[in-house]
Amino acid sequence: MLCSMCKEREAKVHYTKIVADKIQKVDLCEECAKSKGMNDPTAFSLADELFGLGAALEIEQAGDGTCLKCPACGFTQADFKKAGRLGCPECYQTFAEPMGSLLKTMHKGTRHVGKVPESLRQNRDVSDRLKNLQKRITKAIEEEDFEKAAILRDEIKQITVRAASNTTS
Amino acid sequence: MELDVFLIPPAESARRKGPHDRIVMSSRVRLARNLKDAAFPGWAKKPERIRVLELLRPAIEALPEMKGSFTGTMDSLSSLDKQILVERHLISREHAAKSAGSGLVLNREETLCFMINEEDHLRMQALRPGLQLRQAWAAIDQADSALEKKLNYAFSPELGYLTACPTNLGTGIRVSAMLHLPGLVLAEQINPIIQSVNKLGLAVRGLYGEGTEALGNVFQVSNQMTLGESEAAIVERLEKVLAQIIEHEENARATLLEKNPKMVYNHIGRAYGILANAHSISSKETMNLLSLMRLGVDMGSFPGVDRSLVDELFILTQPAHLQKEHSEKLSAEERDLLRADMVRERLRPVRRPIVPPAVSLGAGLDKPTK
Repeated sequence: MLCSMCKEREAKVHYTKIVADKIQKVDLCEECAKSKGMNDPTAFSLADELFGLGAALEIEQAGDGTCLKCPACGFTQADFKKAGRLGCPECYQTFAEPMGSLLKTMHKGTRHVGKVPESLRQNRDVSDRLKNLQKRITKAIEEEDFEKAAILRDEIKQITVRAASNTTS
Repeated sequence: MELDVFLIPPAESARRKGPHDRIVMSSRVRLARNLKDAAFPGWAKKPERIRVLELLRPAIEALPEMKGSFTGTMDSLSSLDKQILVERHLISREHAAKSAGSGLVLNREETLCFMINEEDHLRMQALRPGLQLRQAWAAIDQADSALEKKLNYAFSPELGYLTACPTNLGTGIRVSAMLHLPGLVLAEQINPIIQSVNKLGLAVRGLYGEGTEALGNVFQVSNQMTLGESEAAIVERLEKVLAQIIEHEENARATLLEKNPKMVYNHIGRAYGILANAHSISSKETMNLLSLMRLGVDMGSFPGVDRSLVDELFILTQPAHLQKEHSEKLSAEERDLLRADMVRERLRPVRRPIVPPAVSLGAGLDKPTK
C-alpha cells in the first residue's frame, strides 16, 4: 500500500480516526507521518483500541458488498463486524480472502510456524518429502538423468502406498 | 469440594519464591485451543456449549498433572468465588461473567488452570512465581500434547490453531509476566519504556489484563502477535525484553536513591504512615501504598520484614477476599473500614521505616544475566 500523501513510499503508519459514526483512515509512510506529527506513540495505542472495529471494516470492504456467510455455522460478515470474532473454525475457510490482508496487519507473518499436533505432523512430513522428491524428479528429467528419475518415482510410489495403508489401518 | 477450602491460603502463596521475584511477580503462558466440529463459544448455542464442556472437562481431569484438581461449572460457582479467582489471576474477568456451559479445572498447586468455553473452547494456562517463562511454557506444552491425543483440535497447516479471534490465530499463545515497577514510575520513566516495549510488538497492560489500570505499579507485559513466529521464539523474545526491563527498573531505583533519596524515603514513609494508621482505606489506595512498602522492603527500609507480608496483603485486601472473611454482605464503605483494620493489625509488628546506611544501597541489586 502506498502512502496516501506522497504516493511514493510504502505506507507504514496506518491511522484510524472515528468521529461520531464517521471513520477516517489514513495510511502514511514514515516521513510523511513524521511531518504531520502522527508518529506520536499514543496514537499507536489508539489504533490498537480501535483495531477490532477497523479489522471488521476491512473485511467488509474486501467482500465487495456481497455478504459472505459460513456454510457450517451461518456466521456472516455483518456478525463479524459486530463481534470482532468468528463463528466457528470453518469460518477461516469462508472468510479466507478478506482475512488475508487483515492477518498481515495483525501478525508477524501469515503462515503458522509453531507447534503442530503430532497426528498431523506425520502427514506434514510425508507431504514435505513427496514435494521434495517431485522437485528432484523434475530436475532429473531436465538433466535427462532418467535412471535417477525412475528411482525417485519408485520412491514416491512406495511412500504413497505406505501412507495410504497407514490411514486405512 | 468448596472452592475456598481448596484454594491455597494467601499467606502460603505469597511466600512462593522464583527467580527475580523482587521485580517479576509471576510468569504465565496461555494457549488457546478449539475443537474442530463446534462453533466458538461466543456463537454456539447453549446445548452445543454444554456438549463441548462435557467433552473437555473429563479429558482435562484425566491428565496426570490434574490429579485432585478443583473442577466446576461456572453456574455452580457463586459470584464471590468467581471474583476471588479473578483477584488471584486464575481466571479472566470475561470468564467470571460466564455461567452455564462454561467451566474451570484448576490443579492443587494453582500452577495449571483450564478455562472451558471462555472466548475459545479451551484456554489453558501455566503459572509460575518469578521469571520462569520457559518452565511455564514447558508445563503447558506437555498438557497440550497429552490433550491433543484425545481431542480433535481445529488446526490448519497454513494458519495453525484456529481461534475465535484472529488475533490469537496460529500458536494461540500468550506469554506474559507481571512486573512490579515502582522505580520506573517514580522516576517518570515508565511511559517511554511502555512505548518502546509496544514498538517491539508487545503489549503492556494493568493488573487485571486488557483495559485495566496499573494499580500498585504492577504491569503485565505480553506478546501480541501469534502467527508467523514459533512459541520458542516468542518466549525467547519476551525473556530478552523482560531482562532489559528488570535492568531499567534496578537502574531507576539506584539512580533515585543516589539523586533523590528524600523523595523515595518520603514516599515509603508516608505509605507506611497511612497504612499503619488509617481507619478507612480503599482498595486502590491500599494497592498503591503497598507497592511503595514493597519497594521499601526491597530497599532495606524495613529490616527483618519479608516481602511476603506485603504480597499477602496485596491479595487479602482486594474486595472479594475481604468479603470472604465476613459472613454478612459488606458495602464498599464497610469494606474500607475493615480493610484499614486488617492492614493496621498486620502492620502492628512492623517498625517505622529506616533510612538504611548508604553501604547497603544497591548491594541487593538483582541484575539479570543476559
